[in-house]
Amino acid sequence: MTARRYAMAVDTRRCVGCNACVISCKTENALPSGGFRDWIVQEVHGTFPDLTMQIRSERCNHCGDTPCVAACPTGASHVADGGVVLVSKHKCTGCKACMASCPYGARWVHPDGYVDKCTFCLHRVERGQVPACQETCPTRALTFGDLADPASEVSRLVNRRPNLVLQPGAGTRPYVFFLT
Amino acid sequence: MALSRRQFIQIGAGGAGGAALATGLPTRWWGLDGDPTPDPRTDGDQVVASYCELCFWGCGVLAHVKDGRVTKITGNPAHPLSRGMLCPRGAGGTGLLYDPDRLQRPLLRRAKRGEDVFEEVSWDAALGKVAEGLEGVKQRHGPEALALFTHGSGGAWFKQFMKAWGSPNIGAPSYAQCRGPREAAFQLTFGTPLGSPEPLDLANARCITLIGSHLGENMHNTQVQELADALGAGAQLVVVDPRFSVAASKARYWLPIKPGTDIALLLSWIHVLLAEGLYDAAYLAEHATGLEELKAHVATSTPEWAGAITGLDPGLIRASARLIGAARPASLIHPGRHTVWYGDDTQRERAMAILVALLGSWGRRGGYVKQDKFPLAGYPHGGLPPPATRPKVDKPKGGRYPLASEVLASGLCDATRPGQSLYDLKAWMVYGCNLIQAMPDRPRLIEAIQQLELLVAVDVLPAEICGFADVVLPEATYLERDDDAWNGPWRQPFLAVRQMVVPPLYDSKPGWWIVKELAAKVGLSSHFPWKDAREYVQARLAVKGQSWEVLSTTGVLMGEPFPTCQEDGAELTLETESGKIELYSQELADLDFDPLPVFRPQEEAPPDHFRLLSGRAPLHTFGRTVNNRLLAEPYPENEVWLNADAAARLPGFERRPLEQGEKVVLVNQDGVRSTPVKVKLTQRIRTDCVFMVHGWGQTAAKQRYAFGRGASDALLTTRYKLDPIMGGTGMNVNFVRFERAPEVA
Ligand code: SF4
Ligand code: SF4
Repeated sequence: MTARRYAMAVDTRRCVGCNACVISCKTENALPSGGFRDWIVQEVHGTFPDLTMQIRSERCNHCGDTPCVAACPTGASHVADGGVVLVSKHKCTGCKACMASCPYGARWVHPDGYVDKCTFCLHRVERGQVPACQETCPTRALTFGDLADPASEVSRLVNRRPNLVLQPGAGTRPYVFFLT
Repeated sequence: MALSRRQFIQIGAGGAGGAALATGLPTRWWGLDGDPTPDPRTDGDQVVASYCELCFWGCGVLAHVKDGRVTKITGNPAHPLSRGMLCPRGAGGTGLLYDPDRLQRPLLRRAKRGEDVFEEVSWDAALGKVAEGLEGVKQRHGPEALALFTHGSGGAWFKQFMKAWGSPNIGAPSYAQCRGPREAAFQLTFGTPLGSPEPLDLANARCITLIGSHLGENMHNTQVQELADALGAGAQLVVVDPRFSVAASKARYWLPIKPGTDIALLLSWIHVLLAEGLYDAAYLAEHATGLEELKAHVATSTPEWAGAITGLDPGLIRASARLIGAARPASLIHPGRHTVWYGDDTQRERAMAILVALLGSWGRRGGYVKQDKFPLAGYPHGGLPPPATRPKVDKPKGGRYPLASEVLASGLCDATRPGQSLYDLKAWMVYGCNLIQAMPDRPRLIEAIQQLELLVAVDVLPAEICGFADVVLPEATYLERDDDAWNGPWRQPFLAVRQMVVPPLYDSKPGWWIVKELAAKVGLSSHFPWKDAREYVQARLAVKGQSWEVLSTTGVLMGEPFPTCQEDGAELTLETESGKIELYSQELADLDFDPLPVFRPQEEAPPDHFRLLSGRAPLHTFGRTVNNRLLAEPYPENEVWLNADAAARLPGFERRPLEQGEKVVLVNQDGVRSTPVKVKLTQRIRTDCVFMVHGWGQTAAKQRYAFGRGASDALLTTRYKLDPIMGGTGMNVNFVRFERAPEVA
């Protein structure tokens, strides 16, 4: 058996930017006010009436090359099961080195003093559930799964649909794919 | 036997790093004090099935309770409206339950109406005051002098009370201030109003046309799900909107129409379909009347004619018409929801209904399908209340709006100002609707309110209307109460229950309790013979042999599927007088209205003014979620959308142009000024109109978060145009100009 490699496909054609993923993430993970692990970006191009808009539900990209983990002096930031990037809050000193090195602004400081970010809801995944954002998404824009498994839905989407990752030039090899 | 992944985790979860060890992936070492898979532990030790009340859609939810607190709310997979998924509002229901500004105890007014000075009293004292007030009104003016304004599922109890009390004046702004025109138009054309949820088969449509309906921002969960499914399956989308809405961004054709000219566009679409034979001739021959009249009527309504009126490229009109026509019969013209725009709204909706008929999509898969309700019995020993002796009072003295099918909330407001109607209203009960934001012409509304002898508000939050009430009754939120069962119409009938998830906070009470206690005080107990809502629902279920035990666990019970469209073998039923689809409406002709929709130009904006348009944001429902801290986080206030090029030419701003996010004050044509609101400079809107999300600019200081945030489109809606056919208040007829907001020191 090959190692799992968790990833998410975000279908920008389906996403309406409703923020249901954001709210359900907040309640699932009991985030304090002001703290977000995922967020919506609406990117508009053109001038009236020749316009295009891409809507993206964004989160930590659980990168293949992790500048955040490399930058972390305490080992709190680490790569866990399936390539999921986690922060061990007991070890985090809140020094923000990881935040400075993340090109995606995916991390924020929890009021309790540690750095927090998307975990792909690994606690749910371990119970056989999908991340909370995917579970609630009314448009089924989010697909989480194991990219190492060619039969998984996320593999199927990423392999068959045109897609892009954010800031490929940053060299972090993101594992969140935006289907276009 | 090989352990499944799940079993392995259960075994391994006790030791730190179990998950990581399980896969042997490269993992940085950390101490045994570590938390390998941070688990927020928000799963409930108790999960209660119920249905949502953050909007009227009523999705099935599962509420997780841990240590007596509702930690999260997820979609109920068994419920056909949510299918396990929730919109942000539904997911944010705990923000309502734990809103720090909730009404906690009954309140009696202690100053002038509208000054918002109250004293907390006991329920006994508060309901005593209501009973005394109601009895007085009844003695002096009769029982019909009481009106109820209602919105939401708990309103059912108050409707029962009104019937027992003997007043027919039960209204909701959701009719004359929202979907009324389309109900009248589809009734006229097909013999059936649409109701809610609408009988649309979006998922199977091959082309979906939205006219001023920004589905996706307007977050009707099931419809948004189906819209995405349809798009995912390759359906085409046509969007008519002066604004580049979210839906427009996904459309094959976006038609950035000049506001107020939709009927011209619709007539020219009809013209193209007829001229190019892109209609279902066989279907019309069998089921419709008036095709010849229609053909003659639109003979000159060419795309070129409409282009000059609508500001749209005739080529775009023609191309979109062809796309719409080619996808028939699975070509779905969405009827829209908030349809009160220009006072000719029934006629615009008639044009849409005619288009539906031409496409043959009524009764067809991917079009308008059949729905049915789960059979639910009445309460066995209810006993019929005596019928009211005087008629409804929502129409002016002479009687107008011949095709209004529900009571007009605006008509009830008018009937409260002396001498306007057959008789005067003297008391209001307002359940769950903040009339201050819902109604146009606020000065006249407040004038009506000041005429009242009694105003009772039932709410969960200190909404603006509560500030005007004599008595404020704090209701428990939907998570804290039982309610009546729900059996709305659907493609497969279903029944859903509302159950108490946690006991009410503070001294708030469920609606059923409030009504039962009030009834006892005014001698109407015999009409409320049940012990509580649960017994009431259980008795209704038992009549048809349904089990409460099952329902209370699953939250929902599915009825028998039945054929919903011709493709499934359903017959086309048309309940019009003629038994046919009435393209030409003899009924309208007989009433001296246009039997076929006619385009008449709207008033143009005064110089330097923009037409004010309003709409929705997916995180909020009307004005009732603006105080919800959870939902406000991603969307804390509304902004006024202004075309960036128009902003650069704005008179008075030459020396220092408006900047993105700067605060402005909007001044309408009657000199009414908004509260300061941020400007959103964007290319996503035409240069002749501005757009705001409805519900902000609230004046209730006790809603501490919402107070003074953003601006109210309702405040600026001092004018409206009445739909003569059904009494809707067309509200897109106001114009605003910009001023820079004064800098506050
Ligand atoms: S819940 Fe789904 S549709 Fe809504 S914003 Fe998130 S990804 Fe987009
Ligand atoms: S998105 Fe940022 S925080 Fe997430 S893995 Fe990549 S670099 Fe690290």
